[in-house]
Amino acid sequence: MSDISAAFVTALGLIARLDVNLVEIVALSLQVSLTAVAVAACVGLPLGAAVALGRFPGRRVLIVLLNGFMGLPPVVVGLFVYLLLSRAGPLGALGLLFTPSAMVIAQATLITPIIAALTRQVVEDAWREYEEQLRSLGVTPRRAVFTLLWDTRFSLVTAVLAGFGRASAEVGAVMIVGGNIDGVTRVMTTAIALETSKGDLPLALGLGLILITLVLGVNAAAYVIKEAAQRKFG
Amino acid sequence: MIGAMHSPSSILPLSVRDLTFVAGGKTIIDRISFDLRHGQRTVILGPNGAGKSVLLRLCHGLLVPSGGSIVWGGGQPHPERRQAMVFQRPVMLRRSALANITYALKLAGVSRAERGMRAHAALAKVGLDRLADSPARVLSGGEQQRLALARAWALAPEVLFLDEPTANLDPGATRMIEEAIAVIHANGTKIVMTTHDLGQARRIADEVIFLHRGRVLEHSPAARFFDQPATPEAAAFIRGDLIW
Repeated sequence: MSDISAAFVTALGLIARLDVNLVEIVALSLQVSLTAVAVAACVGLPLGAAVALGRFPGRRVLIVLLNGFMGLPPVVVGLFVYLLLSRAGPLGALGLLFTPSAMVIAQATLITPIIAALTRQVVEDAWREYEEQLRSLGVTPRRAVFTLLWDTRFSLVTAVLAGFGRASAEVGAVMIVGGNIDGVTRVMTTAIALETSKGDLPLALGLGLILITLVLGVNAAAYVIKEAAQRKFG
Repeated sequence: MIGAMHSPSSILPLSVRDLTFVAGGKTIIDRISFDLRHGQRTVILGPNGAGKSVLLRLCHGLLVPSGGSIVWGGGQPHPERRQAMVFQRPVMLRRSALANITYALKLAGVSRAERGMRAHAALAKVGLDRLADSPARVLSGGEQQRLALARAWALAPEVLFLDEPTANLDPGATRMIEEAIAVIHANGTKIVMTTHDLGQARRIADEVIFLHRGRVLEHSPAARFFDQPATPEAAAFIRGDLIW
């Protein structure tokens, strides 16, 4: 018990004096996960909306795949990206393995299906309401996709946040493709895993506290913004 | 006289022949034929479930007929571009009232410079100019329906379809909508409207198409329809009896 409380005190101390090591790890985590979310949103939002509006053969299979891929195991995604980026792999020449870019690729791969699947659901519901009106106005399928994405923007914040939560919390994929190299590819989750196994509980605990606070904080902010916007725009 | 108002490429008259629509094994529109000409306000009247809304959607091109033909202006291409429709429940985008209209104008290919002007003018016509910047979806039901009418109006359609536009509105809001419809008609737009409200049909109709169980039982000038209905079903409907 005293071990845990001592670790807590030390952890809070690390946070309070902005320990260089700690700040570096948190900054890289945010950089990797936010970039992955941006990339995944650029692909997942239009993809989800297109699947919601499109009528093409294989649509149902694609929906099942997207929904199923929401639960992709991060280690498997990590392994897959590792194979792609390893020296012998098809993208090996890029030399990306064990760099933050590789971690962005892995996390973006992991969360694109999440964002796309959630977007598909939101946009499909909206399309049910809007379809006749928009078709009456002569909307093209392409325009409809972007109109609906914009009109459901407050609900889609939740989809993007789900992706951010998943990306910042996963450890398996970044561990495999990043390698947890100190000062280069060490992020919060891989550092927590390492420090815990080494027995450096204060650093692990401090990182854990920051990770939870970050995820909670981002979600709380998004919730408040969404509520206010929905009250304003209906 | 009316013919003088036709432009050479008018999409009117509309001629519907043996129009049939089947959904889920049920025949909703059953071999209907009629013609609609410019100038008259046509009210499609009938009890709930008669097929009024489906007929309107077929004519507007939102539904594809199972059989028969719909020909606009002797075969004008893209007639739907010269039509607009107001639905029973207005659907507004999450943006300002004004932006909802400029959006429709943009889809119709109106130049950016002209959009704002036309949108403001349309809002003023339905008395919503002071709410131009309000988010459309927080307006009241009546205001949203007036906005829907303004959006349709701004498109300057040759034909305006209205599907039970006042079914969800109180009498005050209904009156404003009916007044706006009168002005749109006076400006030369062909009005085709469905209703199950007899009083409204009497106030608006120049001619009535009486629909029952997917068939046209009567198509006659309003005065004659209301004074001397030719079928027992129409007579019963006008008396206020329940028919089905």
